[in-house]
Amino acid sequence: MGFSILPKVFSQMFKKPWTNKFPDKYQPSNTTKYLKAVGDGEVKINPPIPTPPGFRGKIIYDKEKCIGCKLCIKVCPCEAIEYKEKDKKIRIYLSRCCFCSQCNDVCPTKCLKMGDEFLLADSDPYSKGLIVE
Amino acid sequence: MSQKTTTKTTYHIPVGPIHPALKEPVFFEFEIDGEKIVNVDVKLGHVHRGVEWASRKRNPIQILYLAERICGICSYCHPAAFTLGIEDAADIEVPERAEYLRVIQGELERIASHMLWAGVAAHEIGFDTVLFLTWEMREKIMDLTEFLCGNRVTKGIMTIGGIRRDITKDMIPQITKSLDYLKDNFEKIRHIFLDDKTVKLRSQGAGILTKDDALRLCAVGPTTRASAIKKDVRVDTSYFAYGDLDIDYITPDILTGEVNGDVYDRIIQRLLEIKQSIDLIEQCLDIMPNGDIVSEPNIPKLLNQLKKVEGEGVGRHEAPRGEVFHYVKLTGEDTPFTWKVRAPTYNNILPWIPMLKGEQIADIPIVAASTDPCMSCTNRVGIIKDGNRYELNKEELHRLSVEKTRRLMR
Repeated sequence: MGFSILPKVFSQMFKKPWTNKFPDKYQPSNTTKYLKAVGDGEVKINPPIPTPPGFRGKIIYDKEKCIGCKLCIKVCPCEAIEYKEKDKKIRIYLSRCCFCSQCNDVCPTKCLKMGDEFLLADSDPYSKGLIVE
Repeated sequence: MSQKTTTKTTYHIPVGPIHPALKEPVFFEFEIDGEKIVNVDVKLGHVHRGVEWASRKRNPIQILYLAERICGICSYCHPAAFTLGIEDAADIEVPERAEYLRVIQGELERIASHMLWAGVAAHEIGFDTVLFLTWEMREKIMDLTEFLCGNRVTKGIMTIGGIRRDITKDMIPQITKSLDYLKDNFEKIRHIFLDDKTVKLRSQGAGILTKDDALRLCAVGPTTRASAIKKDVRVDTSYFAYGDLDIDYITPDILTGEVNGDVYDRIIQRLLEIKQSIDLIEQCLDIMPNGDIVSEPNIPKLLNQLKKVEGEGVGRHEAPRGEVFHYVKLTGEDTPFTWKVRAPTYNNILPWIPMLKGEQIADIPIVAASTDPCMSCTNRVGIIKDGNRYELNKEELHRLSVEKTRRLMR
């Protein structure tokens, strides 16, 4: 069939690449320094592709609305939710969460909601960013 | 002149469990005569994860997400079969709209899986340009899945007694756009796979599974349909909304007029099934009735209802690779008494032996890949005692089986 790939090759040469260069166009020489610079606001990162509506990302917890009924604990498939006896609220460990949004469905007061944040990688499973309370 | 006689010896080549040509751990032992494969032995059980055991301390809603993690590519068909099993045991009626939505999700998964397989098959014969071409098209389906379910791979859309997300009117243009893209580009993929000389050379006449062998070894899914056996759970049992749709068995002779049962036929089979799936989704979008999408939206109430159920149920669903079979037994407790999974690859392993016999060593990857094996789904039994691995012989396995039957009957 000859060189049927050639038209594709030529058209791709002049097209904008599909890849979104996230977080930066080129790999930084020092990742730690780069992250620090981003934290200080010196460098701006290339934004990721926006998530579609209804995306299941980091859980948003409205503490005031929660009545401590423990229903979310009952349906959570990976036991990511802990009950705080003292103030009758919950604590969610995102390092265990499987983002199924079953707790959102079961909640009688709708105090849980799936956000669209997905950049949750961390070296410490108990870091502040991975615990929702 | 006297003829010189030499003693012919065969060699044994072990391949796996971890091997560059294999995507997942499986152990082959080949008996080789020169370049030719004389005999094959397959050993499994390298990725047993105890999924069924883990289900013993979870309630049915939690098991849905456990079932989803049996396989990454079939992340819809395992919860679907499990749900069918539970619904069978508890006599739950599913709203009609939910049945259609379930078909749409199932067929989307089939398209994504067959596209992935087509790319992998091209990669196995060293045709990596086609891998990227097919996966570029697959990406559209993944985006559509994310749009409909909220995530690309683990869909989390199945629930007992219905489905979790509806398809509203404003979502339909996006779906038709993606399906139109697929239909427009389908001809390109068809041309590459079915007319290209390289693909034909490698796939025609390779890995032949005859109709008799396929029947005898109980192959399922596209593997058996490519050998001209009409076996498809969607048509045979008409679960979900398949009974209302225009669906028929697909065999490769629709396109070529003859069936050889080789790798080429399995490629044709899967490409035809992609086309059928697109057609089924369009039919569903057309005739889908309005109404509820779940029979019991109150989950605590549903769980209480399931707690009282005593009985057993069987769920069968046509997964992209073939028939997936789930057996559930409920005994009036929070958790199911037992849950057994039979993944389609389990049936498609034995057909490897007649397929590989007589082939060359270089054909192993493409022939093995042509059944679309998924080892992690299949590995259900692995016995480790005192840190040692035991292989069960036939008598002992039979004894264990009898024991288990008696235990379950109690």
